[in-house]
Amino acid sequence: MTMTEEPTTRMNMIQAINSALDVVMARDPDVVVMGEDVGYFGGVFRATAGLQAKYGKTRVFDTPITECGIIGVAVGMGAYGLRPVPEIQFADYIYPALDQLVSEAARLRYRSAGEFISPMTVRSPFGGGIFGGQTHSQSPEGIFTHVSGVKTVIPSTPYDAKGLLIAAIEDNDPTIFFEPKRIYNGPFNGYWDRPAENWSKHPAGDVPTGYYKIELGKAKVVRDGEALTILAYGTMVHVCTAVVAEAGVDAEIIDLRTLVPLDIETIEASVKKTGRCMIVHEATRTSGFGAELSALVQERCFYHLEAPIERVTGFDTPYPHSLEWAYFPGPVRIGEALKKIMKDG
Amino acid sequence: MAEHTRANLPPLALHVPEPKFRPGDAVDFAAVDVPPAGATRRPDTADAARSFTDIAYGLVRVLDDENNAVGPWDPRLSPDMLRRMLRSMALLRAFDERMFRAQRQGKTSFYMKATGEEAVSVAAAHALDYEDMCFPSYRQQGLLIARGWSLVDMMNQIYSNSADRLQGKQLPIMYSAREAGFFSISGNLTTQYPQAVGWAMASAAKGDTRIAAVWCGEGSTAEGDFHSACTFAAVYRAPVIMNVVNNQWAISSFSGFAGAESTTFAARAVGYGIAGLRVDGNDALAVYAATQWAAERARTNQGPTLIEHFTYRAEGHSTSDDPGQYRSAGEPTAWPLGDPVKRLKDHLIAIGEWDEDRHAAQDRELAEEVKAAQKEAEKNGILGHGLHQPLDTLFDGVFEEMPWHLREQQAQMIAEETASGRPWDRK
Repeated sequence: MTMTEEPTTRMNMIQAINSALDVVMARDPDVVVMGEDVGYFGGVFRATAGLQAKYGKTRVFDTPITECGIIGVAVGMGAYGLRPVPEIQFADYIYPALDQLVSEAARLRYRSAGEFISPMTVRSPFGGGIFGGQTHSQSPEGIFTHVSGVKTVIPSTPYDAKGLLIAAIEDNDPTIFFEPKRIYNGPFNGYWDRPAENWSKHPAGDVPTGYYKIELGKAKVVRDGEALTILAYGTMVHVCTAVVAEAGVDAEIIDLRTLVPLDIETIEASVKKTGRCMIVHEATRTSGFGAELSALVQERCFYHLEAPIERVTGFDTPYPHSLEWAYFPGPVRIGEALKKIMKDG
Repeated sequence: MAEHTRANLPPLALHVPEPKFRPGDAVDFAAVDVPPAGATRRPDTADAARSFTDIAYGLVRVLDDENNAVGPWDPRLSPDMLRRMLRSMALLRAFDERMFRAQRQGKTSFYMKATGEEAVSVAAAHALDYEDMCFPSYRQQGLLIARGWSLVDMMNQIYSNSADRLQGKQLPIMYSAREAGFFSISGNLTTQYPQAVGWAMASAAKGDTRIAAVWCGEGSTAEGDFHSACTFAAVYRAPVIMNVVNNQWAISSFSGFAGAESTTFAARAVGYGIAGLRVDGNDALAVYAATQWAAERARTNQGPTLIEHFTYRAEGHSTSDDPGQYRSAGEPTAWPLGDPVKRLKDHLIAIGEWDEDRHAAQDRELAEEVKAAQKEAEKNGILGHGLHQPLDTLFDGVFEEMPWHLREQQAQMIAEETASGRPWDRK
């Protein structure tokens, strides 16, 4: 983490993302923001509010509703020398852009031996817990971590969101930046039937107003502990923190922040210390990023493990609407897994 | 039997397009509508696209049956320029012949010829500024040749040899030449379309003066990317020339599978409000004139132009294709718009600026030039066993900086190579 003497202010995650875009656009005239409803209106989640008025319509503009077009155009802009930050309004809508992301943006540097690069950062709200149904709730990060040549970043706090987004935009490789929309306003703890918190009371809601970066590929230990290691990212960091506090277990919770490239050193050191590893993500289970994490931990920490690795995930169903909280890997599912992993071995 | 038949209604019938001629059929292209040269009007480049939609259904032609350049689209090029274009087209044909043979000799894995379509890329390259950015598909090697790019450099890529600027990472002919304004070719169809529009938008946003041009085949217009690109180009009036090379065949699927039975490809422009031109793609002067017109439109902020080049793929899709399996062998010679190289040659002869002897001598000279380039390129090796690239370059360029997991995999690869006892070169 980059420490700073800069002045800070309270921000929620939307404000922090907006601030990141503002700061980076002021520094670099080649940064352009584009997407559905991002211009005059400022985005359906308000993440780009005020940017068009400040930087003009050739740097912040609305686009036709074609994700394939948005990403394809961003590849061309990147080839010209711009640094595009396209928004895909919901991660659920990213699939029409998949060919442009996988075969073009992610491969351009390699296939042209560095003649052309694709320095874009694709911002997209992802994840559920907002009654978005199957088309506004998905967590498709595992699709992108499987693709060589693209980085995947997922913040869990306003402070991290700003620092990671600036780092992603300044990075010369294409980055998927998934924003957990359930925690845009506050650190959701998984107890959907309790009053919601907001970021104003959370220490990571205190965000520098100026420029700072958080290096990609560095995880953060959000809770030191000895009993087990929990690997999580996005919304699930806060759910795990709450569950661990309720259970009174001395867990070490690691917020991965960047999935590719992954901070394997921090993971390995922690699991070797605790001897137990639980992996938590909201995405569907089969071939999810948890499978990769589980394989890595097994390969590197097998002789230190005192219990089988636990995976706590969403179910392999489409994201349901009315039964959202039955799908969501909330306190009960995590709590049960916690009991199991602490009993085993 | 259908499940929901109703006695009082006729059964529905599915239309599946079928080309007119299959192997063994006698070919008669009388049904192909070829309006006379010079008959199509030439709108002002500032005219609104909707005021000349008829041209999208017509055919811009300059060279007539007597080899004269006629009508409002005649670009009135100097004899020198005409000879330069002819030379580029003949060089492209000679290059294709030589590289096709190299593939058949096992010197590389794959090649694609542009035979019969030489005018499409060569005339466009001559009409564009050298600084304009081209986003080609895989059959516009004529752009590089017309821009004077090194044949040896192209061959090095085809051979994936030690001098290949793409380090053996790409399929042969998927060139990238940034210095020549030639974007990295993708094997995925039409992905370059929105990319060219994005490049053009960036150029406009920056107040640059360069425009973009992009090419795809008629079959690829079915891809979503084509339509996304048309929408973006129209919405932002991007300074881009969007070329559809209608060479009648997408591997074995005739143009009917992209919609040609019902409309033209230039007419796709009409629905988007884009200027649309339909051009005799075997007429180098028509291609030049259309490109020049579209470029002027783009440079004056009048927005994009969609140009359909009506042409014919005279040979197979690639070295992996045998067109004898699905189309009549009589088609290439029966094609009513002739051979683009011969038509330009005949025009130069007709105006007294060329003759058959000079042409034959030039062909011999170009064949020698290509042969000499091949000899030079082969000094850097031909494709084989990946031996030309240092082993560790496999992991270069996935990211700007190599992350730990790739470093680990690279170390594993090198350990495998050591264990194999067959050492490869290292950087």
